[in-house]
Amino acid sequence: MTTMNMAQALNSAMDTMLARDPNVVIFGEDVGYFGGVFRCTADLQQKHGVDRVFDTPVAEGGILAMAVGMGVYGLRPVAEIQFADYIYPAIDQLVSEAARLRYRSGGEFSAPLTVRAPSGGGIFGGQTHSQSPEALFTHVCGLKTVIPSNPYDAKGLLISAIEDDDPVVFFEPKRLYNGPFDGHHERPVQPWAKYPASEVPEGYYSVPLGKAAIVRRGSDVTVVAYGTMVHVAVAAAEMTGIDAEVIDLRTLVPLDIDTIVASVKKTGRCVIVHEATRTSGFGAELSALIQENCFYHLESKIERVTGWDTPYPLAFEWDYFPGPDRVAKALRRTMEP
Amino acid sequence: MASKKPQKADDSSGGSSGKKPDADQLVGFYKEMLLIRRFEERAGQLYGMGLIGGFCHLYIGQEAVVVGLQACAKPGDSVVTSYRDHGHMLACGMDPKGVMAELTGRAGGYSRGKGGSMHMFSREKGFYGGHGIVGAQVPIGTGLGFAHQYKGDGGLCMAYMGDGAFNQGQVYESLNMASLWDLPVLYVVENNKYGMGTSVERASATTELAERGKAYNVKNMSVDGMDVIAVRDAGLEAVEYIRAGKGPVLMEAKTYRYRGHSMSDPAKYRTKEELNKMRAEHDPIDHLRQTLIEMKALTEEDFKAIDKDIKDVVMAAAEFSQQSPEPDPKELWTDILVA
Repeated sequence: MTTMNMAQALNSAMDTMLARDPNVVIFGEDVGYFGGVFRCTADLQQKHGVDRVFDTPVAEGGILAMAVGMGVYGLRPVAEIQFADYIYPAIDQLVSEAARLRYRSGGEFSAPLTVRAPSGGGIFGGQTHSQSPEALFTHVCGLKTVIPSNPYDAKGLLISAIEDDDPVVFFEPKRLYNGPFDGHHERPVQPWAKYPASEVPEGYYSVPLGKAAIVRRGSDVTVVAYGTMVHVAVAAAEMTGIDAEVIDLRTLVPLDIDTIVASVKKTGRCVIVHEATRTSGFGAELSALIQENCFYHLESKIERVTGWDTPYPLAFEWDYFPGPDRVAKALRRTMEP
Repeated sequence: MASKKPQKADDSSGGSSGKKPDADQLVGFYKEMLLIRRFEERAGQLYGMGLIGGFCHLYIGQEAVVVGLQACAKPGDSVVTSYRDHGHMLACGMDPKGVMAELTGRAGGYSRGKGGSMHMFSREKGFYGGHGIVGAQVPIGTGLGFAHQYKGDGGLCMAYMGDGAFNQGQVYESLNMASLWDLPVLYVVENNKYGMGTSVERASATTELAERGKAYNVKNMSVDGMDVIAVRDAGLEAVEYIRAGKGPVLMEAKTYRYRGHSMSDPAKYRTKEELNKMRAEHDPIDHLRQTLIEMKALTEEDFKAIDKDIKDVVMAAAEFSQQSPEPDPKELWTDILVA
């Protein structure tokens, strides 16, 4: 075991897979020589060579289209989109090509590619460096969507994503690269080293896609979250003294609905938390599923705590970010008789 | 990987280096072009009869392009193209029955009826689709080229597109990356003069399309796409260059489609005279037939026998496409994610 932050754990996942599978190639803007804006690919080019870890032009559509072509021909491309906010020029390739090749070829072809993209706010990135666009991708059948919340999961999930025969969009909450963040921005930054999830094995292991984790057991209310919001939810539970059960989804598609349903049937109450904007966010899907599956067990309305339906505002970073105070309020509301 | 390279010479004449094809090869070209034409005519009829629904883009008139170029391919090469793809599939050796049955949406089709006219594939024949988004196949071809180079398998990718696709941004992302990394890709622009109903002159700021390769230091060629021998000669030159590791080639094949963009095209954007002149003076099949007669390679009886053989193949495909069952309703839910 070694102590790693999330960027180091992701680096270790790619290093491990480059060593294990000669078909794995890593590319994107500034991932090679420079080692990535967030250092996730640092030293990989030096170690594995310029043919396997390389820089591309700034051309997101071309990058992901290349990955489709490489994937159908038997490679395991791992492409980085430098910020999730830059992924939109590549939506055509992800939606119309990567996600749909398997279906429209009657199962003959698939595009086993992994797209890594830092997402989310909390770093004053303004509206083009802070977005959480995951719901756009969960809406597209044929894609898998993964969002880790800690170093151990990040490495294990990324390895699963690279080994998966379907295209996987892998969002990395950028505020979590260097330490967990519970939304208490006024407090000093905590390093990952203080947390058990920073204990990461050096070599190969995987965390399966489609399996949620219960990160805090509780009996009063179920909180469903992913990414940065897992830490916020735990902090909110501690603030309120409400005995919340916090579920970290880890993957949105495939979704571990069984774990959610079992928990909500037990607690009878549910708060859904995500950083992305509210309308048509993934919380809306979760809310509908929970209502369909747990209707007779619900003792109060399902609460959603989300980003506002606005662009990410530089000046109002902490008003927009659904921090522990807002989650705590929702927890208290849901507990009202 | 990124190399500083000398500026590449452009070759706008194109296609003079290949040695003369022999009579057998020309007869083969004739049969392939005729098969495509008869297949497409039959597909048009089935469409008119309501047996093919939705979208159907016929390749009639352009046969020399894909036949001449695929004659330059080797086993292990890959092909990717747009939605006007029936001719490419036949030229890749795919079974006409499977193609026609996909057009009718039957279980015996290449995608088991789930793809349709624009979306068919064959791993066996190295055919990577059939793509319905204009231009989207081009950077996928770049990725295929990358994979050939990475695996060192000696293969190359033929990435076909139309003149309409040639104004898509991702085409230029592709040319840049392929040139930067010397990828083994032959980009073929089948310039049939109209992107749906918009002529090249009304859509493209520069109309000698291959010359755009200069901007990316990509070797460029332009060829008469109505002359299968010229296309084949240009193809050999391009393929030799690519296989030598010198990088990609951009080739414009000037061609013409006789039918509308799709089946619902009144074709008011061009004159009957223009169309009739192309058919009368530049038809690729008539042209080769004349050559074969002059060479005394085939007799009138031989031509009749070829006509009959091809008619039989196309009839069998049409028959199969109507007799193959509809896909099982359960197929709706399969092949979305890996099982």
